[in-house]
Amino acid sequence: MTTKPVFDVEAVRKDFPILNREVQGKPLVYLDNAATSQKPQSVIDKLVSYYSEINANVHRGVHTLSQEATDEYEGARSKVRKLINAKEEAEIIFTRGTTEGINLVAQTLGVQRVGEGDEVIISNMEHHSNVVPWQVLCDQIGAHLRVVPINDDGELLMDEYEKLLSPRTKLVSIVHLSNALGTINPVKDIVAIAHQHDVPVLLDGAQSAPHLPVDVQDLDCDFYAFSGHKLYGPTGIGILYGKRELLESMSVYQTGGEQIKSVTFEKTIYNDLPYKFEAGTPNIAGAIGLGAAVDYINTIGLDRAEAYESELLQYGTEQLQTIEGLKLIGTAQHKSGVLSFLLEGIHPHDIGTVLDTQGIAIRTGHHCTQPLMQRFQIPATARASLAFYNTKAEIDALVEGIHKTFEVFS
Amino acid sequence: MSDLVDLYQEMVLDHNNRPRNFQKLEDASNTADGYNPLCGDQISVYLKVEDGVIADVGFQGVGCAISKSSASMMTQSVKGKTVEEAEALFQDFHAMVTREPGSDYDSSSLGELEVLSGVCAFPNRIKCASLAWHTLTASLNHKQDGPATTE
Repeated sequence: MTTKPVFDVEAVRKDFPILNREVQGKPLVYLDNAATSQKPQSVIDKLVSYYSEINANVHRGVHTLSQEATDEYEGARSKVRKLINAKEEAEIIFTRGTTEGINLVAQTLGVQRVGEGDEVIISNMEHHSNVVPWQVLCDQIGAHLRVVPINDDGELLMDEYEKLLSPRTKLVSIVHLSNALGTINPVKDIVAIAHQHDVPVLLDGAQSAPHLPVDVQDLDCDFYAFSGHKLYGPTGIGILYGKRELLESMSVYQTGGEQIKSVTFEKTIYNDLPYKFEAGTPNIAGAIGLGAAVDYINTIGLDRAEAYESELLQYGTEQLQTIEGLKLIGTAQHKSGVLSFLLEGIHPHDIGTVLDTQGIAIRTGHHCTQPLMQRFQIPATARASLAFYNTKAEIDALVEGIHKTFEVFS
Repeated sequence: MSDLVDLYQEMVLDHNNRPRNFQKLEDASNTADGYNPLCGDQISVYLKVEDGVIADVGFQGVGCAISKSSASMMTQSVKGKTVEEAEALFQDFHAMVTREPGSDYDSSSLGELEVLSGVCAFPNRIKCASLAWHTLTASLNHKQDGPATTE
C-alpha cells in the first residue's frame, strides 16, 4: 500500500512571491481568492519572458518572433483544452473573462434562439455577470427571465428548476460554484434535465475552474465560461468553451481583424473556429500567462488541491461556528472554499476594515450578487475565500481578527 | 491599531448603536435616497425646509458604522441651520475627511462631526462617511431622478 503524499502547503506558498509581503505591519493573510487569486512566480516569469524575448503579433508574420508567439499562444489554448477535457482546440475561445464569454453567448446564440415570449432560466445565486446579459437579451427580444429559487442553506431547488422548464425555455445559464455562498451546484443533472427539453446550457465556471477538476464532456454542458485571473493566471484573459456544432451555428460577436478569411466591400467570409470569435489582436501575453498557470496547476494537481481546500474549508467552518454571534451564510452540503458570514450588530464593511488592520484581506459587500442578498434579506456579507496556498494558521488569524472586531465594537 | 481607535471612536459607535433622528418624516418637503454601490449602503434622508431653514430632518437606511453614525451626526448638526449653512458645513466636513492624514483642517464649524476626522486614514471609507451628506445635497437640490450615489 502506498501512502498518498501529504500536500506540502509551505512549499506551495514559496511559489507565490506576494505571500511574503506584509500589510499594515502584519504578514499578509490573503483570503479573497474568489475575487482574484495570487500568481505563482512561473506565471509572472512567463509574462516577463514573453515581453522581453518573443513579443510579436500572432497568426500574422512569417518572421521568427511571430511564429514563436503564435506557437506559445496556440500552445496555451491546447493546455486549456486538456485542463477541461474539451474535444478539440477549436472549441476553446479566448475572451477577456467570464463576463465576456456570457455576453458573447447571449448576443449570438441568445439572439438567434430566443424569441418574443420565450424564457431564459438562471438561478437566484447568479453573479450579476450571469444575470444582466440575459436581462438585456430578454429586454431586446421581449422574452422573460425565469429564476430557480434556493433554500436557506443556499442550495438550488431542483424540483422548481424542473417545473420551470417548458417549451418556451430556450436557454439555461447556471453557476457551477457560487462565489457568494460556495455552493457546488449539481450541474451534471441540470444539463441532463435541460437536454431532455433540447435546451442548451451555459455553465458559469468562474469559481469552479480554479477549484474543481472539470470535464466538459462528462458534464455535457454546451458552454463553459471562466476567467484566467481566478485560476492563478493574468487578468484580462478568459475562456469560453462551446460545443463545435453550436459555435458554428452562431452568428459573429465582435468583428474585425483575425476573425475573417476574406473581405471585399461586398462580402466578408469569416474565419474558422475558434478565430471566428477572436476579433482583433488578442491578449497574447494573457493567454500565454494562462497557459503557464495551467502548467502550474498541473504540477499541483487540481484533485490534490481540491482535497486540501476541502479540509481547510471544514476546519474554517468548525472554527467560525465556535464564535458566538457569527452566522454563516451558505451552508450547502456540497461546498467549496467560501466562508460567507455575518457578525451580530456589526456591518460587514466594518469587519473588513478591522481585519485589514490585522493584515487579513477578505471581501465585504454584496459580491455582485444583489438578488441573492435580497433573498437572504441582508445588505452584504463578509466573505473569506480560500485557495490551496492558505493554511490553518491563516484561518486561526481570521478567527482572532473576528474576536478583535467584536472587541472594537463592544 | 491607533488608526482603528481613531476611526471607531466611542461617539461613532454610540451613534451607530443609537442613531439619532432615525425616522421617516411624514411631512417632509425634500427627500432623497442615497446608495453606495461598493458596499450596498442605502439611506433615505427626509427634510422639512421652512423659509430656507432646515426645521426638521430624519433618515433611515442600512449601512456600516461609519455611514450610519455620519448620517446620525449630520441630522443633529444641520437641524435649525439654513440651507446655505448646511451646504457650507458639508464642504468643511468633506475637506476634513478627504484631507491628507496628519494635515490641518478648518474645524471651526464642525463641532461633534470632528469625531469622523480619522476617516481620512481609510481612503476606502470616505464614501461611507459622505453618503448621507451627498444624499442631503441631492434632496436640497431636488435632483431626485434616481438615487444619489457616492460614485
